[in-house]
Amino acid sequence: MKILVCISSVPDTTSKINFTADKSAFDKTGIQWVINPLDEFALTKAIKLQESQGATVTVLNVGEAITEPVIRKALAIGANDAVRINTEPKDSYSVAKEIANVAQTGGYDMILCGKESIDYNGGSAPGMVAQLLGQPFVNACVGLEVNGAEATAVREIEGGKETISVKLPAVIAGQKGMVDEKDLIIPNMRGIMSARSKPLQVLEASSSEVKVEGVSYDSVPQRAAVKMVSADNLDELVRLLHEEAKVI
Amino acid sequence: MAIFVYAENINGIYKKAAFEAVSYAKAIADQAGDTVTAITVNPTDSSDLLYKYGATNVIKIKDDGLKNFSAKAYAQAVNEVANGNTLVFPHTTDASSIAPMLAIMKDFSLITNVLEAPESLSPFQVKRRAFSGKGFMHAKADAAGVIVTVSQNAYGVKENAVSGSEEVKELSVANEDTKVVSHEQSSGKLDLKEAEIVVSAGRGMKGPENWGMIEDLAELLGAATACSKPVSDIGWRPHSEHVGQTGKAISPNLYIAVGISGAIQHLAGVNSSKTIVVVNSDAEAPFFKSADYGVVGDAFKIIPELTQKIKALKG
Ligand SMILES: Cc1cc2nc3c(=O)[nH]c(=O)nc-3n(C[C@H](O)[C@H](O)[C@H](O)COP(=O)(O)OP(=O)(O)OC[C@H]3O[C@@H](n4cnc5c(N)ncnc54)[C@H](O)[C@@H]3O)c2cc1C
Repeated sequence: MKILVCISSVPDTTSKINFTADKSAFDKTGIQWVINPLDEFALTKAIKLQESQGATVTVLNVGEAITEPVIRKALAIGANDAVRINTEPKDSYSVAKEIANVAQTGGYDMILCGKESIDYNGGSAPGMVAQLLGQPFVNACVGLEVNGAEATAVREIEGGKETISVKLPAVIAGQKGMVDEKDLIIPNMRGIMSARSKPLQVLEASSSEVKVEGVSYDSVPQRAAVKMVSADNLDELVRLLHEEAKVI
Repeated sequence: MAIFVYAENINGIYKKAAFEAVSYAKAIADQAGDTVTAITVNPTDSSDLLYKYGATNVIKIKDDGLKNFSAKAYAQAVNEVANGNTLVFPHTTDASSIAPMLAIMKDFSLITNVLEAPESLSPFQVKRRAFSGKGFMHAKADAAGVIVTVSQNAYGVKENAVSGSEEVKELSVANEDTKVVSHEQSSGKLDLKEAEIVVSAGRGMKGPENWGMIEDLAELLGAATACSKPVSDIGWRPHSEHVGQTGKAISPNLYIAVGISGAIQHLAGVNSSKTIVVVNSDAEAPFFKSADYGVVGDAFKIIPELTQKIKALKG
């Protein structure tokens, strides 16, 4: 079985998000880059299938050379090889097109993604890839087993869960729960060393067409100063919530 | 040209997110001097509920093949009936699975997580949530048509009654790639993303056995319950309650955070709540900097007392 895991390189979760002075772009100064945390669940699931079913795992990133440390980390976690499409990702559509191209030529049985990137929060690329490939799509996946030409996926629904069987090849977008948090793989020295010699193929982008542009960006406005209420005076808190904030 | 909106229902009953999406579509229609057509799949609820928020036409898709959800089959069905150049979806799990597939089918721009009515219609430009709630993006659509998904609880439900009419469309979309094996819906539980009040708790609660007081307060307020990431990692609460950068992003009217430190990843998912109340025993907890109201003290004493006082207020 061949699995393609799509990873995006995103600002570390502790990053303060700033924009350039003219507000036209995200300011990357001083940012540490990590594998999108939701993609890490998908990657770990793929490595588990590699161990249990002898699957081969290719990681794919659409991004410029600065994303290579993140790709190497995915290799250190256990992916067999990697592909980088050398372009600055501009919107979900252009990323999805590149992923679909790689998927099509590689003949993968399953494409695993995180359900959204924690930077631009598009949540769109996985579904777009599925449609570009004409494959079924399972989103918000919190459990996955593979049995031959079929997978059984558990997806989160509002107020519950649904278990579905899906014919492979398919695109599956995962999140926390796809594997347990404690099972996420932290690369060890051996992994890190072997990642250096694993193949990382760099391909040029096939097109530059975008469908959505980020025109400008704003930071979140500051909240007014907090009103502290004494623990001995909860009547005052109730009054404030009722009369001032009008929320209860 | 009509504005189309996907009115999501669960087991035939419209979701609040559907009314929000219709309200949003109506705002676009008013800006464009147009009307709203709502599309819904196998509903049992009355179309009157959609006219109330501004849908002039309701297309009820009837298709036994769509009894179970499949993103691909639903996208195909919506594609068959939606022939406008503007399509509105709620940003629910199902709708945000359909929308990207449809965007490819129609070759439209897709803008997800939108927060406000559009800033302009041609070109279509709108403010959306980005960086997990640590920033906003003003996104412009380049294609001839646009699909948006509306962030839940952001634009809100706005009554705008029109007189409408409905039409039934019988389809038979092939749905062979996926099959639902089982479906678990916890009954009577309020949906976290739709809830107007959320009572949330963190590691400060010490253990799952102490959640009774959180649930009592939530029940009294008609609220949903949520938790911080470590709480769901340890298994004190289900994953589905985890809010934050890597969990759910929510924007209730009132967010009550009990025994949660207010780490940047947690704040990312909750800082668009309209009012935030923080209860923490540590006066230095970072969450107080992002709260509207704060109480320093022991949650085990404060929460039961607060519940009593709110009960008294409610009579
Ligand atoms: C990649 C990544 C992603 C993450 N994503 C998320 C996310 O999406 N959501 C999220 O929540 N976190 C996330 N985190 C974790 C985050 O950094 C914090 O660790 C987490 O939010 C802390 O949870 P907590 O406040 O419940 O626990 P703690 O940090 O342990 O804080 C507990 C708080 O309870 C208070 N307390 C203790 N006893 C009492 C009492 N009796 N009464 C009142 N208060 C009391 C303490 O003063 C303290 O402030 C992420 C971390 C990483 C690395």
